[in-house]
Amino acid sequence: MKHKPFFWFVFPSALAMLLFIFFPIVSVIVQSVHVEHEQVIKIVETCDLFGCKESTTVDHDANAALRSERPLGQFSGLKIYADRNHLAIDDLGGNWTSSKSWRDFGTQILNLPFYKAITFTLVFTFVVTPLVIIFGFVVAVSVNSAVKKIRGPLIFFSLLPMMITPLVGALILFWMVDARGIVGSTLQYLAGDPDLSVKASTPLTWVMLMVYGVWHAAPFAFIVYYAGLQSVSQDTLEAARVDGANRWLQIRHVIIPHLLPLTTFIALMQLMDNFRVFEPIVSFSAEAHATSLSWAIYNDLGGETRQLSSAAATSVLTIIGVAILLSPVLVRTWREYDRK
Amino acid sequence: MFLKRVALASVLAISAATAHAGCQISGNVSIVGNEFPAIHTVANGAAACMGGEVKINLTADHQKINVDGMSGNPAEYSSAIIANSSIVALMNEGVIRPLDDLVAVHGQDIPKNQLITIGGKVMAVAFMANAQTLAYRKDVLAEIGVDVPSSYEEVLETAEKIRAAGLSQYPVGGAYAAGWNLAQEFVNMYIGHGGAFYKPGTAEVAINNEQGVAALEMMKALTEYMNPDFLTHDSNATGAEMEAGNVMIMNMWGSRMGRLMDDEGAEEQVYSNITVGGPLTVDGGSTPASTLWWDGWTVAKNVSDEDAVATFLAMKHGTSPAILNAETMGQAVWMIEGYTPAPVNDGVFAAIAAGTTSYPMLPYHGLLHTALGANIADFLLGKESAEQALADAEAAYTAAAKEKGFLN
Repeated sequence: MKHKPFFWFVFPSALAMLLFIFFPIVSVIVQSVHVEHEQVIKIVETCDLFGCKESTTVDHDANAALRSERPLGQFSGLKIYADRNHLAIDDLGGNWTSSKSWRDFGTQILNLPFYKAITFTLVFTFVVTPLVIIFGFVVAVSVNSAVKKIRGPLIFFSLLPMMITPLVGALILFWMVDARGIVGSTLQYLAGDPDLSVKASTPLTWVMLMVYGVWHAAPFAFIVYYAGLQSVSQDTLEAARVDGANRWLQIRHVIIPHLLPLTTFIALMQLMDNFRVFEPIVSFSAEAHATSLSWAIYNDLGGETRQLSSAAATSVLTIIGVAILLSPVLVRTWREYDRK
Repeated sequence: MFLKRVALASVLAISAATAHAGCQISGNVSIVGNEFPAIHTVANGAAACMGGEVKINLTADHQKINVDGMSGNPAEYSSAIIANSSIVALMNEGVIRPLDDLVAVHGQDIPKNQLITIGGKVMAVAFMANAQTLAYRKDVLAEIGVDVPSSYEEVLETAEKIRAAGLSQYPVGGAYAAGWNLAQEFVNMYIGHGGAFYKPGTAEVAINNEQGVAALEMMKALTEYMNPDFLTHDSNATGAEMEAGNVMIMNMWGSRMGRLMDDEGAEEQVYSNITVGGPLTVDGGSTPASTLWWDGWTVAKNVSDEDAVATFLAMKHGTSPAILNAETMGQAVWMIEGYTPAPVNDGVFAAIAAGTTSYPMLPYHGLLHTALGANIADFLLGKESAEQALADAEAAYTAAAKEKGFLN
């Protein structure tokens, strides 16, 4: 394509990306390197329905000029990134010298909010993504080999988990695994332990969140694979059959190679999605057992006093995390493109 | 037919007349606030004013939008309905105006105790009170033959007896959901132990002490008698557990007692026996392990004088005796003249009478509340010591307070 038509062709999407992706990211980065001006606290008498007492309030007049001159606050460099609620550089060093063993050091690190969150986030990402791909593939192959008549309803039911709003879907599972819910009671019966509670145990909560993650995302992999299956060359399949390949060999040597590029696509999408795991933690009220980076951002913004800079720093760290996670896949795609 | 129409017309005329009785405004009003029945009543009362437009946005997420909605010039919201914890966020950003001049001209009839003053300036007008107090099943206590507990130690003894009698495996309830609810329970318990949150006159936190540890130990002792899922149970879930007949004794918000004691959602045996008691003390202290709350309204700084006056008049009307009727009377402990308390409100009055302290209205306390909510669950789960959990909460608070400029 000539340069000029190419420019006009991509201009609208480039503009949209600039406005809705690039500028917000710049604004988040700027926010994350600023902290608020020093607040001047004054002691005042506060009277409410229940009497008067001494308390404190922010003196706005004291630094009004400073605030209007530099509304972003004071520049702090990477201070927020290094503080205890994020990368906790100082605490890491302290733990390293104070801990007696590797195990001890690990426990101390997992007590820091960022590392606790990233641990769950990574475990979730690397357990859920492959399972989504496997389940999606199995369902797609099964549906594709079903009788034509029932394929419509089968596709519909297989897609249901994705159609349900994540929060609602999670709530359904939340009540099912309750100690008095159908899944919870069954588990108690199977384990022979009437006090077993999924929601009270950290490992079981993690399992529950991941089961939900797979249940919710598998239909996405299914529908992509199902579309891919429609373009498998029937001639090749028939040739394989003539050569005496059984069903497994056909899948192994014809279907899987055909669907490989789609797998890259699904893996990319799922790595990104799962790294941002958020809804199940909120709807399962699981924050006592599992937190994620997105949850940390939500927690910073949801309190009575919002911590914008802290949330911004976590957002930047999330973006960096996604970039690192995707880099192997992107590098591979780039090399393949180059070869062609 | 004709008679019917006349009757209908006169009914409409009368209701219209009562609706704008004495409330004429000449400006626009826009209200943002939390979403529960009492707030609806206030907002509808304000909307009954004639002469200007009254817009209402009530949502449980009001705290996420009120600061931004009032920061612009002119402000999107001319009034925010807030509680003593959430007025702080508006004060910190300086988006609400002192009401002294408006009170002087238009509000002489507002009872003085309803005016919330900070540093001598009226910043809000309160209209209802709330507190967490005891709720219990009187039939169950009668069956095991114990008096109504007045302290958490007695709650533990009672719980043991209820369990021993086989009446309920997990008889104690509490809104212990990790996050805001759990932090609130710690705030209650710490105040009950006589603890102070900060070094006097500063924003430096000081909760990792004897009282802090004792408060956490008591919370852990209580959780032994709670449904194992307690870290996921908020006020709604805890109330449901009581209505289901599983929980026999718990600490609950005054504003939620009405729902427990009505005939919906529970069997007759359960709802007719749920009784409201006073706030609980702990560790032999005299200050109840609870906090007093008020809800009130404010006026935005960045609105025209005309709209500010209209907002003031509309909100005053929304919280005037005119809104009280048979239906609205039981919705809250109204701090409005003409309010007659029902048994469901006994707890809040008992809390006021017992000298319960009000929830700290400090610029940085919201940060500590968030830090507590995220850090003390680890202790209740048995993952770390009480001292470690408190140290974590302190460290999380300190990092946040530095970001917000409260500490260096």
